[in-house]
Amino acid sequence: MRPARRPLMGIALALVFAFLLAAPFGFKPYGIFILSMWAVMTIAAIGLNLTLGYAGQVSLAQAAFVGIGAYITAYLTTRGWPFWSTYLLAGVSCFAIGWLLGYPALRVQHHYLAFVTLAFNTLIYLIFRNEEWLTGGIYGISNVPRPDVAGWSMNGPRQFYYFCLAHLALVSLATWWLIRSPWGRAFVALRENPVRALSLGVDTRRYTLMAFALGAGLGGISGALYAPLVQFVDPTPFALGLSLNLLLMVVVGGSGYFFGPFLGAMVAVLLPEWLRFTEGFYLMGYALLVMALMVLCPAGLLGLLDRLTKPAGKSAEISATRSEAAVQGEGAR
Amino acid sequence: MTAVLSVRDLRKSFGGIVAVDGVSFEVNEGEILGIIGPNGSGKSTLFNCILGQLRPSAGEVHLDGRSVTGLRPCDLNRLGVSRTFQLLQIFPQLTARENLILAGQEHRGSMLSRLMGPSDAGLSPSADRMLAFFRLEHVADEPAGGLSYGQQKLLDAAMAFMAGPRLALLDEPAGGVNLTMLASLRERLKAMNLEQGSTFVVIEHNMEFVMALCNRILVLAAGRIIAAGGPAEIRRDPKVIEAYLGH
Amino acid sequence: MADILQLLLAGLATGAIYALVAIGFTLLWQTSQTINFAQGEFVMLPAFFVLVGMSYFGLSFWPAVAVGAVVSVVVLGFLFKRLIVDPVIRHGVLPLVIATIGLAIFFKEAVREFYGADAQPFPPVVAAIDVTVFGVALAVQSLVVLAISIVAVAALQLFLNHTLTGRCMQASAQNPTVARLLGIPVERMILYTFLINAALVTLASILITPIYLAKFTNGEWLGLYAFIAAIVGGFNQVRGALVGGLLLGVIDNFAAAYLSSQYRMAIPLLILIVVILVRPQGLLGRVEERTV
Repeated sequence: MRPARRPLMGIALALVFAFLLAAPFGFKPYGIFILSMWAVMTIAAIGLNLTLGYAGQVSLAQAAFVGIGAYITAYLTTRGWPFWSTYLLAGVSCFAIGWLLGYPALRVQHHYLAFVTLAFNTLIYLIFRNEEWLTGGIYGISNVPRPDVAGWSMNGPRQFYYFCLAHLALVSLATWWLIRSPWGRAFVALRENPVRALSLGVDTRRYTLMAFALGAGLGGISGALYAPLVQFVDPTPFALGLSLNLLLMVVVGGSGYFFGPFLGAMVAVLLPEWLRFTEGFYLMGYALLVMALMVLCPAGLLGLLDRLTKPAGKSAEISATRSEAAVQGEGAR
Repeated sequence: MTAVLSVRDLRKSFGGIVAVDGVSFEVNEGEILGIIGPNGSGKSTLFNCILGQLRPSAGEVHLDGRSVTGLRPCDLNRLGVSRTFQLLQIFPQLTARENLILAGQEHRGSMLSRLMGPSDAGLSPSADRMLAFFRLEHVADEPAGGLSYGQQKLLDAAMAFMAGPRLALLDEPAGGVNLTMLASLRERLKAMNLEQGSTFVVIEHNMEFVMALCNRILVLAAGRIIAAGGPAEIRRDPKVIEAYLGH
Repeated sequence: MADILQLLLAGLATGAIYALVAIGFTLLWQTSQTINFAQGEFVMLPAFFVLVGMSYFGLSFWPAVAVGAVVSVVVLGFLFKRLIVDPVIRHGVLPLVIATIGLAIFFKEAVREFYGADAQPFPPVVAAIDVTVFGVALAVQSLVVLAISIVAVAALQLFLNHTLTGRCMQASAQNPTVARLLGIPVERMILYTFLINAALVTLASILITPIYLAKFTNGEWLGLYAFIAAIVGGFNQVRGALVGGLLLGVIDNFAAAYLSSQYRMAIPLLILIVVILVRPQGLLGRVEERTV
């Protein structure tokens, strides 16, 4: 991070944080609900950003993990289990399932992984929809309770919003720690140049699997918060559409940037709401904006910011080296 | 005394094209072995087969007497073998120091200690020492993508030595480096060889560089070794001259 | 026995349609590294162009089909390439994937908004009658669909392998740099691929919509089947897409008939997973070797 930008970043972050804390007092319950949804989706997007943005693996299964987390939580809390146990169980199970799925799946190249995860997501959705005895089928599980924290009920929209925000903060801190650690460096290496990384002793397979499983685990945690937020869990939200939407969030925000998921989730969750005034056209408008965004700044919003604020010489040189290497790579083959 | 590296009857074909055609050689401890040959003689393919980027079609590779044929590059690296690539491959987004820390971090501790421990895996001092050795201290905190080509080449070489390898395979370390840097590079490599007592195998096109750096030289043409010996012998060998001129 | 033959024929017919879509998908990938996540919507759309021609402009079926085809090829071939693929592909495959996801949403919502959410009937190419062959009643529609698809694929193969333009297209796909050096207008070759894909999806649309009715959500599963057919057959081979499509159509039909309809989709998905994990190059594909 450029030293000159740090104070600016700090101020921007402080402002955003203050806004997030104060927001519920200015919004109606529906608005607060949407903000909570943003926080919950950001957690899932942070998970996908680990898998995609840092480890370079395209996963279309994130919605399935959110769903698994949501159903575990809904099923158990409606049967009296305390929230914390279901929350942990959701995270750990999804981590484990991610590991099991990733173990064979990551042996294939990128675009094949996208299809395997796509198939996995759709299969899980089918199970959600068909296994009524477990998931309630299309009728779902209703009346999912909201947890109590040390005696305080999280029932009200404002309280639950702060609850989600607190989890987002925890997840962000944990992810920041991960990225700063040698693991983060290994992730960058295996994303940028897996062949070189391997020759330096980086076990790319193990790190990729880790990134994938961690991403899945975060998806599960997101789901564990989704269930008490909406208080009703049915299969429809966890179809392929959500996986594509989460992918969109990561890329639009800026794949591989720390704050990318936050921005991306804002775009994906808040923008359609703001566009609602266009009535039936809001999804079309949203789709057009997304396409325009990809044409104009394919590196995502933060990528665009990076390009605008970086001194011209440096970024040109870095991209020149990269494209040079890419071209030479082609020629050598 | 077992050779550090022993290659026997290595063969690699791509469909109908035989890139490496039954190559055998040994490298002894502390040696600097040079491999030269015209373009397309199979030098890089040979490296790739030894180092696990490619699976050899036939033949064996032994490190200190134990078979390492077909091992993954990262496993080979942990056994003490490192390499550089013909095409410069540093990580442009990371700083020079971070590139070196990356090169060393997988050789210390476990996955867990890397997660829980300090951000630099305790390698900042050694990285700084390596930077000083290659006279790159002044660019330690610069993103590697912003360094000059010669500096990047030095960094690339430095990364290969970060983990104190037993055997370093350098693929055209002098490629594209300007004359002033060349002497410096050659001198640093010689010094590294003496200081760490490690063994080098160097592929090069630059004759002067190779003759001055290496103790022994192999000449590869059309996937086979056509000559082996000291620099002076090789320079006079008629087969070698023909191989180069015949192309 | 009669049932099995009928199922087989129906399966081959729908499979042939999947094959058309899968071939287009594979061609796009081979020539320009484009993964078109909107391919399903591309198949959904032309039928609606035809319906618009019939209901708003009062055209009868075949003229509407002609107009619809032209519009489809222009929009889904030419405009798609110029407006979306060209500006985005320079920056990598992933932004293009996102853009095509956006395009899919756009088409879906546009149809829902401007035409309606209800399923619309679509006139079949031939009437739904049966013909009796060796005592088994076979649907003429299935036979015709199969025949048309085979002719289309054969024509495409002839074009690609036996005309100069076709061979230039193949060269551009295999090695664009060398093709350029040889004077082949690679950009134009790539444009042709997009136009061919648009033609293929239009044909597929006309053939499949009578069976499943015209609905704005058709793209969702059509796209999925196209991906599966392409991958199972072998992502880098046109022949593979054909085999994959036929296989998928037959298996899907039999699964629907003999297994629970709830898990009908699961069979193709499981096949996809197994194929990718066991033989990622597909049944007919070539292994993509990774070298330094």
